[in-house]
Amino acid sequence: MTTTTERKLTTQKAIAEAIAQEMEADDSVFVMGEDVGVYGGIFGATEGLLDRFGPDRVMDTPISETGFIGAGIGAAINGMRPIVELMFVDFFGVCMDQIYNNMAKIHYFSGGNVKVPMVLTTACGGGYSDAGQHSQTLWGMFAHLPGMKVVVPSNPYDAKGLMISAIRDDNPVVYMFHKGVLGLGWMTPNPRAIGPVPEEPYTVPIGKAAVAREGSDVTVVTVGLTVHRALDAAETLADKGISAEVIDLRSLVPLDREAIVESVKKTHRLLVVDEDYRSFGMTGEVVATAVEGAFDYLDAPPLRVAVPDVPIPYSRPLEQFVLPDADKIVAGVETLMAG
Amino acid sequence: MLQLLTPSGDVLGEPPLSVDLTRRLYRAMVYVRTFDRKCAALQKQGRLATYAPFEGQEAAQVGSAAPLDPEDWMVASYRDAAAMWMQGYPWELLIAWRTGDERGGRPPEHVSVLPPSITVGGHMLHAVGLAWSARHFGEERIAITYFGDGATSEGDFHEAMNLAAVYGLGVVFFCQNNQYAISMPRTAQTRSETIAEKAIAYGMPGVQVDGNDLFAVFTATAEAIDRARAGDGPTLIEAVTYRLGPHTTSDDPSRYREESEVEQWRRRDPLERVRIFLSERDAWTPEWQERLETEASTEIERAVELAEGMDGLGPARIFEAMFDELPPHLVDQRAEALRSVGQ
Ligand SMILES: Cc1ncc(C[n+]2csc(CCOP(=O)(O)OP(=O)(O)O)c2C)c(N)n1
Repeated sequence: MTTTTERKLTTQKAIAEAIAQEMEADDSVFVMGEDVGVYGGIFGATEGLLDRFGPDRVMDTPISETGFIGAGIGAAINGMRPIVELMFVDFFGVCMDQIYNNMAKIHYFSGGNVKVPMVLTTACGGGYSDAGQHSQTLWGMFAHLPGMKVVVPSNPYDAKGLMISAIRDDNPVVYMFHKGVLGLGWMTPNPRAIGPVPEEPYTVPIGKAAVAREGSDVTVVTVGLTVHRALDAAETLADKGISAEVIDLRSLVPLDREAIVESVKKTHRLLVVDEDYRSFGMTGEVVATAVEGAFDYLDAPPLRVAVPDVPIPYSRPLEQFVLPDADKIVAGVETLMAG
Repeated sequence: MLQLLTPSGDVLGEPPLSVDLTRRLYRAMVYVRTFDRKCAALQKQGRLATYAPFEGQEAAQVGSAAPLDPEDWMVASYRDAAAMWMQGYPWELLIAWRTGDERGGRPPEHVSVLPPSITVGGHMLHAVGLAWSARHFGEERIAITYFGDGATSEGDFHEAMNLAAVYGLGVVFFCQNNQYAISMPRTAQTRSETIAEKAIAYGMPGVQVDGNDLFAVFTATAEAIDRARAGDGPTLIEAVTYRLGPHTTSDDPSRYREESEVEQWRRRDPLERVRIFLSERDAWTPEWQERLETEASTEIERAVELAEGMDGLGPARIFEAMFDELPPHLVDQRAEALRSVGQ
């Protein structure tokens, strides 16, 4: 009998490792952003990189988001592979012109000739009482705007593989990490934020969903931290005799529509869970996908659990009130099963 | 750099403030320091969310807010509770806001202070609009805006400075250069030798003052306020100071600065030099100090009780705070959310 000990990492360490390995392999890869150097990134995504690669490749920037994102675009056009960190996605407001009118459109406006192989990394998500300008996910908005790929890893393995794919991709990729999946010491402990990660570089394809748990009675589609919530809910549901399949989208652009349709064809019921605002977002897109692709298979109207259309409250209990959790997912599934 | 009161308490020239006014402002500095330390302690106990301490910046905030008229507008950042209190914002609302109760962000009537800005820089533009509208209405009010050295790298700062100068508006841009923007030192933030000199590019006066010197801060700000009120346009003031504590309660400053540097700045404490000044004029005694500290603690304890005693913000409120009138989709979402918690 052989035993293999798998190396485990937190999601945060997996991200930092992926960046380090790509920087090692390709000296056109570099990092810039606020507090990414000495501090290692406010959420540790660039931990240890400054010591290893020096200040020319790990650049602490002034608080000029338009400036350094725009500069990243320029460097990418000239053949570099910048990884540019926007500290919190909530701050996109000061630099969105560079993101969606420039980074996302230059390829199109050049007739498909000018490549912008850049990764825009950003922390998102709430649950730790950091108020309405530090707790949003906003991925639906980035996914809505044409021209950027959007990935949202939920675990250490995918975090590393998606980061390597993002760096090697010739298109702009927005890499959104939920603070709750990183495994940071100061957040609520989350056992799902640590897991096996191979030491060697590997890729996870952008645009492919994963079946995080197989099931036969109902499909729960989600992304980011709510994948963990859905997996918790699925355990509770199993005790109640309900078999829930959990789909982790992993990428919003491109969206793996086939995975959604296939699962719904199997289970006949769909619950979409999202820590983004309810209206005009991912939940609506997934429901539309199911309706377009598996209408005849649906035994009940799809349901959604999402953040209502209000800013994320600062107050701890009110924040918990709006965020999707396992109980809300269980309740949603039970409603679906009754329908 | 304008300095009128040295760290050892010597006045350079005539004291610009009467002993009586100096005593009042010293008292205010003791109060705000008590508040700041209390908030940091409350955060440790989990009674406040993240807190951004301002210890070391008391003279900058108290000295710059003191010469304002009560109806002057103030638009500040997360670190500026001291200035906000000086302009009439009550302790209990400053605390309530930091417990996560959005009602703390609603200024009482006749308090011309906007809720603090969390995204760096955006609020400076509001000062421009406030001053512009004050002129439109023929009001005497001016607007002061507070921000850090890091904020001067945002486009918003440059656009606000330019607009205020182009329209000749009554805005005072008050930068607390506390040497750091999280881990980024001031020297890496900008190659300008001073932040004050950035004013030249926009065609407005720029003054650099010792931000730990109550007299210098008061004097420079009073002049800028007079200029603004007289219709002579905006001013940029750079108050050179130091953040003695962490960026916020979730920061660990030992990752980017030496304790010896902090110690150096402790020796330039903004309260201490005023204490020496007063003491040399028989206007300070240890008994008075003790009384001030006790009174400040009592007043702030009372405010904490008031803030924590505010009746709980029910879940329905988050929907009702959204619009003037609740639109149909939020009526539905409110009902659904309340049903989910059995209400
Ligand atoms: C637009 C935006 N970018 C980045 C941040 C993250 N952030 C919060 S405070 C801060 C540093 C601000 O430094 P400074 O302006 O010097 O003010 P200080 O905090 O030192 O008072 C940063 C980068 C933010 N809140 N908003």
